[in-house]
Amino acid sequence: MAAPAAVLQSEWTKIRSVRSTVWTLALAFLVTAALGAVISLVFDNNWDSMSDSDKATFDPTAVSFFGMTLGQLALIVFGVLVISSEYSTGMIRTSLTAVPQRATFYTSKVAVAGGLALVVGMLTSFITFFLGQALLGSHKARIGDPGVLRAVVGAGLYMTLLVLLCVGAAAMLRSPMLGLGILMPFFFLVSPILSAVPKVKTVAHYFPDQAGQKIMQVVPSTDDHVSYGPWGGIGIMAVWVVVALIGGYIVLRQRDA
Amino acid sequence: MIELQGLTKRYGDKTAVDHLTFTVRPGVVTGFLGPNGAGKSTTMRMMLGLDSPSGGDVRIDGRHYAQLSEPLKHIGALLDAKSIHGGRTAYNHLLCIAQSNRIPRHRVDEVLETVGLTAVARKRSKGFSLGMGQRLGIAAALLGDPEILMFDEPVNGLDPEGIHWIRNLMKGLAAQGRTVFVSSHLMSEMALTAEHLIVIGRGRLLADTSMADFIERNSRSYVRLRTPQPERLKDVLSAAGHTVVTTGDGAFEVTGVEAAQLGELAAQHQLVLHELSPMRASLEEAFMQLTAESVEYHAHGTVAPVGGPVAAGAHLAPVPQGQPGQPGQPGQPEQQPQWGAQWRNPGSGKGR
Repeated sequence: MAAPAAVLQSEWTKIRSVRSTVWTLALAFLVTAALGAVISLVFDNNWDSMSDSDKATFDPTAVSFFGMTLGQLALIVFGVLVISSEYSTGMIRTSLTAVPQRATFYTSKVAVAGGLALVVGMLTSFITFFLGQALLGSHKARIGDPGVLRAVVGAGLYMTLLVLLCVGAAAMLRSPMLGLGILMPFFFLVSPILSAVPKVKTVAHYFPDQAGQKIMQVVPSTDDHVSYGPWGGIGIMAVWVVVALIGGYIVLRQRDA
Repeated sequence: MIELQGLTKRYGDKTAVDHLTFTVRPGVVTGFLGPNGAGKSTTMRMMLGLDSPSGGDVRIDGRHYAQLSEPLKHIGALLDAKSIHGGRTAYNHLLCIAQSNRIPRHRVDEVLETVGLTAVARKRSKGFSLGMGQRLGIAAALLGDPEILMFDEPVNGLDPEGIHWIRNLMKGLAAQGRTVFVSSHLMSEMALTAEHLIVIGRGRLLADTSMADFIERNSRSYVRLRTPQPERLKDVLSAAGHTVVTTGDGAFEVTGVEAAQLGELAAQHQLVLHELSPMRASLEEAFMQLTAESVEYHAHGTVAPVGGPVAAGAHLAPVPQGQPGQPGQPGQPEQQPQWGAQWRNPGSGKGR
């Protein structure tokens, strides 16, 4: 069998040698951090006009991660392109000719994309948090406060899992158009809208992004009655990821390249 | 060595490859010939484990492709030139392939040099011309210094210079004792490079023969005569022991004798000749006859013969005559270079 280390190295060369990797990850970082900073600044400036109940449930950690709703779109593009560009360019034939053991090929690709997403996700998460808190002035949270470190690490995990989910989904769909056309609207529109609709939202709370984002909350909001905690939420997301990755592998294994 | 045993590929109820059994032997260029849609590419993809067979078996050096741990060291393949991520530089494209098979980095520079892409190694392949893309694909095939090389329609869409380069490359690789398996839909191309020939049509094996045999059998030469005194000529020729075939348009065809001899014979008997042409059925024609029944997409209606006299009766053994939908076969006069002529000339061709 092909040496896993060699295939990992090859996948690393692949991922670092295309521009889309740099662009999407840089954009994810910039948008998340910058938007989080702006929102934090806005909250700090408007603190006095906020109602008492709003002040009581004010979650400085979650506020600084507000930019994630947009920043995650770039991560979706990254996750989808990592695998579907192999199909759209025809590179998949070259890749599988070099590494015919499809399980090795797939695991290496997933590991490299996931590893890179973890590093970028954690960097983004910590920088976004500290930048946001610095701009929140006296209303800021400290990393040592209860649940805050969990939320910050969790934000990095969320980004990693989101990328892996997209890798798995794209492996099943095989086309960048399909992958982006389904995943972008889903995470940007469908999921947030459905999670705000009464009744439907009890189901929508189990969508991967809705469940996963729970870990970024430190102060529970008054109106949600979800049955899982922060780690439970990320666990639900992880189940989605595992299912997507297995589905992607089955498609890769069964179908002709 | 590549061995196919009853290899079959079905898409729904359409059979693309139908029980193919043949062996690609080492040390020679084997031509894999068939009309468009005959199943050549599908067969090659199954050899490389990209498509899974519906039935049968294909082995590389006795093993399935997926069992090869570092396959590029056994076999290098050029499928289509577009199996490349255009956003990656030529160097990085080759580097990531090399790394996966633990091929040392210096091989990347070597193969870039071999295919003449060193100058554009750091350029993204998006901007490459078709010929450059083809060269990059060949560089990837050569990376692992494999014993077996497989090229799918390597000259398609290339300019004459590129075609010439690929021909010489294949000959050079075979001269080094490697196995070269190359597909084409052009007999002329094969006649120039291949030593062994495998012909398929509609997924079925039609011929598995050496090129020498194929030429021997199929490039029948004959002389065509026309005269206003057909009866007398026929008698004279028969008397001289020649077999005469009368074609539909009133011409005679005589096999196995020089045109000059027939001319002299006619002169002795004071016969008027309106035509005395040495003819040769081309290999292209033989190939078309062989695959006529299996051509996927026929051009319906009659195709006007291009140039040269029409050898209406030039049907070639062992192929049955009168294929439906078969356009008139243009014959070729002796003066034109013959397919396979260079091949038979020991001065050119592979250094054998």
